[in-house]
Amino acid sequence: MNEIKKNGANGTPRALPPTGMLAEITHRCPLQCPYCSNPLQLHKAADELDTKTWLSVFDQAADLGVLQVHLSGGEPTLRDDLEDMVAHLTALGIYANLITAGVTLDRDRLARLADAGLAHVQLSFQSVDADRADRIGNAKNLLAKKLETAAWARELGLAITLNAPIHRQNIDEIGAYFDTAVEIGAERIEVAHVQYYGWALKNRAALMPSAEQTARAQEVVDDARERLTGILNIDCVVPDYYAKYPKPCMCGWGREFMAVTPVGLVLPCHSAQTIPTLVFDNVKDRPLAEIWTAGAAFEAFRGSDWMQEPCRSCARKEIDFGGCRCQAYALTADAAATDPACTLSPHHAAMRTLADGESADPPADFTYRRIGLYPA
Amino acid sequence: MRQRPIATPASKPNLPRHVRLHHDSVRDRWVALAPERVVELDERSLAVLRLCDGSRTIQALASELANAYDAPEEVIAEDVLAFVQEWSDKMLVRL
Repeated sequence: MNEIKKNGANGTPRALPPTGMLAEITHRCPLQCPYCSNPLQLHKAADELDTKTWLSVFDQAADLGVLQVHLSGGEPTLRDDLEDMVAHLTALGIYANLITAGVTLDRDRLARLADAGLAHVQLSFQSVDADRADRIGNAKNLLAKKLETAAWARELGLAITLNAPIHRQNIDEIGAYFDTAVEIGAERIEVAHVQYYGWALKNRAALMPSAEQTARAQEVVDDARERLTGILNIDCVVPDYYAKYPKPCMCGWGREFMAVTPVGLVLPCHSAQTIPTLVFDNVKDRPLAEIWTAGAAFEAFRGSDWMQEPCRSCARKEIDFGGCRCQAYALTADAAATDPACTLSPHHAAMRTLADGESADPPADFTYRRIGLYPA
Repeated sequence: MRQRPIATPASKPNLPRHVRLHHDSVRDRWVALAPERVVELDERSLAVLRLCDGSRTIQALASELANAYDAPEEVIAEDVLAFVQEWSDKMLVRL
């Protein structure tokens, strides 16, 4: 393997070439979902990287070994240079995934994106019930617009992933989500149990499902996997708060993946800004290869030298990499602690008690996601 | 409601537009790029996928590979059938 020839600043293991990049090209969005994965401090259009800088980031990503770029936001279609980005990525041999709410596209725009080389669209559905979708996204007529976009995508020969962000207010719809995915001709569905950082952490009491709801949902998923083989690909991750072991977050910190924010900060994971001790480099100041191999935020939790017990001596440390750093920080105030999703964490029982308690109370009102609520 | 496609020797598999065979020059390997996934390909998988062009039947494809690799056609045909079924089940090959 043609490894990058640079050691980490602190003698930590060499960085392998990254395979994926999440490009959050804007924070602007017509929806206000209360579980948005963007940070609380959102940037306005004027702060965003220009087209030339994004294209240079993609050139550098290709040289580093990135094979897939996920064009996301905010709502990425609000950038009118999205076609240029898709065409550029395609010319570089990078696979572009468009991650969109699907309410800002018309058929011509989607056709232009397909002509530029786009082959796959990930459409998020807040709910497959029209009224509930509008209440969750705090906007009008969402479901009908998304179904229309899905039909255009199908006509244009684009593959569709239906993204289903799951929480207590729509978890009982999972069966209906599978039906919708099959009806719109999706190849794939992501049953995305909401992860509690940033906006979702603020809204946790309004979103946390009960253990019982979660177990019931899992039965529906298991049944669908059996029933829909060859018809629909199903990806589903067990929600952290009811897990036994943590998820292998990002397949390991600084191992395969990076995210770039609308203003050019490069993050080891899209939620990494929730860890206040980390310092991030900007693509405007430093070459991407150097940020990836030697940037302080990437070096912080690369490899396993940073681990504490029980992770350090655990047989699973190369399987789940200690779980999620952001969740460890959010629930223990120590980003190097074992993810409390792990039964071996001393904080595991408290995490479960918290989830049981919040999910038993009537759901709190949403704090909707919007630019300026928490000034940058 | 769609049905699960079942591969037979007469099926003519093809790669859908959203699956791309790509030479990963940084790691010097071939991969299939698909929605949110990267599948590393060994020589055999690559050889099969390159022949999935919608014009060849699985039988014809197996016969070509048997010649190219100087291997018994029955064995290759069985392998190819299983491979194509698996890739169809992952929605990466169309029948």
